[in-house]
Amino acid sequence: MPAPFETSFAEALLDADRPIPFGINAHNAAVSARRFAVYRNNVVAGLVKALKSRFAVVEKIVGEEFFAAMARVFVKEQPPRSPLLATYGDDLPAFIARFEPARGLPYLADVARLEAARTRSYHAADATPLGAEHFAALDAAAVGDIHIDIHPSTEVVRSAYPILTIWAMNSGERELAPIENWRGEDALVSRPYLEVEVRMLPPGGAAFLLALAAGRRLCEAAEAALADDPDFDLTGNLAELIGSGLVRDIVDPEPKKCRPS
Amino acid sequence: MFRTSSLPACTGVGFKPAHFHDILAAPQPVGFFEVHAENYMGAGGPPHAQLGALRERYALSVHGVGLSIGSMRPLDRDHLVRLKTLCDRYAPESFSEHLAWSSHGGVYFNDLLPLPYTQQTLARVAEHIDEAQTALGRQMLLENPSTYIRFSESTIAEVDFLAEISKRTGCGLLLDINNVFVSAKNHGTQPLPYLESFPLDRVKEIHLGGHDEETDDAGAPLLIDSHGSPVSPAVWMLYAHAISRTGAIPTLIEWDNDVPDWPTLRAEAIAAQDILSDASRASAA
Repeated sequence: MPAPFETSFAEALLDADRPIPFGINAHNAAVSARRFAVYRNNVVAGLVKALKSRFAVVEKIVGEEFFAAMARVFVKEQPPRSPLLATYGDDLPAFIARFEPARGLPYLADVARLEAARTRSYHAADATPLGAEHFAALDAAAVGDIHIDIHPSTEVVRSAYPILTIWAMNSGERELAPIENWRGEDALVSRPYLEVEVRMLPPGGAAFLLALAAGRRLCEAAEAALADDPDFDLTGNLAELIGSGLVRDIVDPEPKKCRPS
Repeated sequence: MFRTSSLPACTGVGFKPAHFHDILAAPQPVGFFEVHAENYMGAGGPPHAQLGALRERYALSVHGVGLSIGSMRPLDRDHLVRLKTLCDRYAPESFSEHLAWSSHGGVYFNDLLPLPYTQQTLARVAEHIDEAQTALGRQMLLENPSTYIRFSESTIAEVDFLAEISKRTGCGLLLDINNVFVSAKNHGTQPLPYLESFPLDRVKEIHLGGHDEETDDAGAPLLIDSHGSPVSPAVWMLYAHAISRTGAIPTLIEWDNDVPDWPTLRAEAIAAQDILSDASRASAA
């Protein structure tokens, strides 16, 4: 069915250079630019507001004015494709990475990735974490072959920059201070219960978790982690995994293919 | 037949997560809570935990803002499935949407956009409502919009358009009295005749909210449906008038921006309840 009113209206909403749609009017004939601008403003301001609330730390870092200007460009370039605004902005980090005016802050895109991961974790499926007693009951000889089903709220964000420290200092979790140890940080985001938790992963921890999440067996994940960082500590990482409620289930070993390392 | 809309005939409040702990701390003088459907379409987490707790204690209205019923394009089937999942999970007393469109060409505009009122658009909107009611297995309510412009091609008055939609589809109507006032001021008409000619016998819920006042290019008043302030005195008067005609109808206070603390919002709900109770007494007498 043709819908000329919708098409011309829609095209003019995100592009203020386009003429206002044909066929709209107002009672006082003095139309309509100001009146149509209400719709333009509602659309753009509403979407910018959605991004502001999702990327509050990015906004804190660059300031309100810079963020709003950047968000307006993003909204016009990549408007939402779904009415579920909670996930709008999953592509903002990649946009920031190539947004010329933000070039002086090379870590900004990764901080945005961390914030995007927090929202996904917040809305992820609920699951009751497995208690530590299930691990105690495992057959030690076969433990390397198990698959660990990671909690659905788990997100890993790796960065060449100290994104956790930057995030914590700008979200009010830590006091603002010069960062003495400027190095890459891997963030773990999870929500085992109702609160989203953000913590720093130890050496090799990110590679370990990502391998487990990809369905690799425990021994394979440990190998991947050691390849990523020789300081990887399997016992410590496993204890942390269980203790922070990141294990949804253990899938029993199938025929053994490799020995625990 | 479908499950019909069945909110209690008292006042309700649009739920904001910031008020969750205040609301649960004690029984509230509120008959129902209303939520925007699209805020509860994630898989899990605090939104569902809060909605579950509210639903155990209060009647619930699910109010969609993203179905784009007023579009001439086909409805988004995936979104209908999401709405059905939500309604099946929480079994709300009512589901409502807007006479407006919000998506076009795959883009979601996050605003309630206007449509011309013609026989062609009427037929299309009626089809969409049939489709939604069939998919959800329930009657829905359709809300009158606030508008800032009109279309030259419109041939049907908004009240007649809504009456005919309701007649053809069996849907109920959600009468937003702030929208009536905002649109009338913006189009240089009077809100009272609009109310007088509104099909009040089809109204299953009323919305009350605040608006902002600006001016257009010619200096004429331009009211913005902003839901960021108390209900205006003029809207309270129109509400009392409508209620005196209809008797008690479930009435919602909407406050979506610059959200006040819970006691302030609760006071608005109590003010509406006073008018509602007077009307019930008058009609019982």
